[in-house]
Amino acid sequence: MKFERYGIGIVKGLMVTIMHLLRHPTVSQYPEQRLNTSRRIRGNEFIWDQVKCTGCGTCTKACPQGAIEIVTSTSQEENKYTVDKYQIDTGYCIQCGLCVEACPYEALYLGYAYECAKYQRGELVQTKEMMLESPLRKASGYFSPKRAAKLPKQTLLLERITEKK
Amino acid sequence: MALKTEPFVLNMGPVHPSTHGVFRMRTTLDGEVVVDIEPIFGYLHRGVEKLAEQRTYTGIIPLTDRLDYISSMNNNLAYCLAVEKLAGIKVPERAEYLRVIMAELQRIAAFLIAVGAFLNDCGAFFTPFMYMFREREKIVDLLEMVSGQRLTYNYIRVGGVSQDIPEEFLPALRTFVAQMPGFIDEYDRLLMQNEILLARAKGVGILTREQAINCAASGPVLRASGVKWDIRQADPYSIYDRFEFDIPTGTVGDCYDRYRVRVAEMRQSLRIIQQAMTQLPPGPVKAAVPHLIRPPVGEAYAHLEAPKGELGFYLVSDNSIAPYRCHIRPPSLINLTALRDMVRGWKVADLIVIFGSIDITVGEIDR
Repeated sequence: MKFERYGIGIVKGLMVTIMHLLRHPTVSQYPEQRLNTSRRIRGNEFIWDQVKCTGCGTCTKACPQGAIEIVTSTSQEENKYTVDKYQIDTGYCIQCGLCVEACPYEALYLGYAYECAKYQRGELVQTKEMMLESPLRKASGYFSPKRAAKLPKQTLLLERITEKK
Repeated sequence: MALKTEPFVLNMGPVHPSTHGVFRMRTTLDGEVVVDIEPIFGYLHRGVEKLAEQRTYTGIIPLTDRLDYISSMNNNLAYCLAVEKLAGIKVPERAEYLRVIMAELQRIAAFLIAVGAFLNDCGAFFTPFMYMFREREKIVDLLEMVSGQRLTYNYIRVGGVSQDIPEEFLPALRTFVAQMPGFIDEYDRLLMQNEILLARAKGVGILTREQAINCAASGPVLRASGVKWDIRQADPYSIYDRFEFDIPTGTVGDCYDRYRVRVAEMRQSLRIIQQAMTQLPPGPVKAAVPHLIRPPVGEAYAHLEAPKGELGFYLVSDNSIAPYRCHIRPPSLINLTALRDMVRGWKVADLIVIFGSIDITVGEIDR
């Protein structure tokens, strides 16, 4: 293929690249510089509310992976079961959030943390004692606008970058 | 002096940087010229269609995220359209608009990857790819704000969407829609007239109009061959009949046309988002749908215009909580069948460019 003005397109393209020298950097330096995630982040550190949970097992039925295990026995309290065993195998969990969506009593939340790598597979199983809410284990605002309002605002690349330095 | 050569079989893939996943091409070469190719796939087979038969209708939505994993929203939407057709569920107005906004944002994001990867295959090593990923990041930020996840959104539900958008979404979307055309102009300036790209892509891998129709190609591959076919206008689903947009088409059907059509479609998607944003009505975002959906006995096929072409879901119901049969029509697989016609007679280096211009996702081909 022959071109009469060979090179003009390349120079035009290079001009765009050179103009990028004058722009703000886009990349953030991750371990030092942390951006806020979405308020609705679907992290895998589940939060389970001991008081609100009635042991109905709707979350178990909603889970497409079958990762939630629940064992209940009859309780003295009205409209409630005693939850003897409640555990989520996050190794199987795909963080789809369907369990949180299905819970009729708002007793289950997804976690806000995202650095949850473990060294052993056994550590991935979260029991009901581990899943209680604590300052170290924050719940995300997925399917609970009240909690979402308390969480920090998400950093958007859209707002982080201005056109010129 | 003419040297006598023997046909030579060369395996490209399954782990090859240009095969966009785990895809293998058995190429028969005569010197450097491609005589024949045989696509071999199945390396990413997860049995999605069979798994769908054992899950509830809502539980299948996360599976569809993992088909064409760079356009999850469109997959969710296609599946939900099929279930709604099967069960006769009416979607609230606001949910329809939100679906359109999300689907179009996702379409832009998918085209950015497609164009970036294509230019990468052409030899523009990672500079345009990184520029496009910068803009894709903004879209991913927006979708993360809405759904809480960056890749597998799982946002669209049968009968609407999972939850309403947060209040900071619309201002951010407005900023994005205002900024984006400037960046698309930048991509045009960067490489549209680049002589090296023109030499690599123009007139290479021509798929004629007849060939494209014969192998049932769809999406940008078909439109680049000059066929004005877009399901958003040909068979309007959701509320696409309310928006004004053009269908960009190519003339020749070469790699350059396929690239140009994709860039042009980003602008049209922005137009749709702009219209949907201004018309967005208040109201509920989800119809009253039972937790376990039991559609009446019957079958339904719903299709939509995914970034790669016509994505269809065929569902058969036997009035239980799981579909009796679920079949997916993936656009990438059907478009891939046109590859053999396109690459015959071209060199190996052109094979990479032609293959990149089809824009496949292996997650969708193997399912």
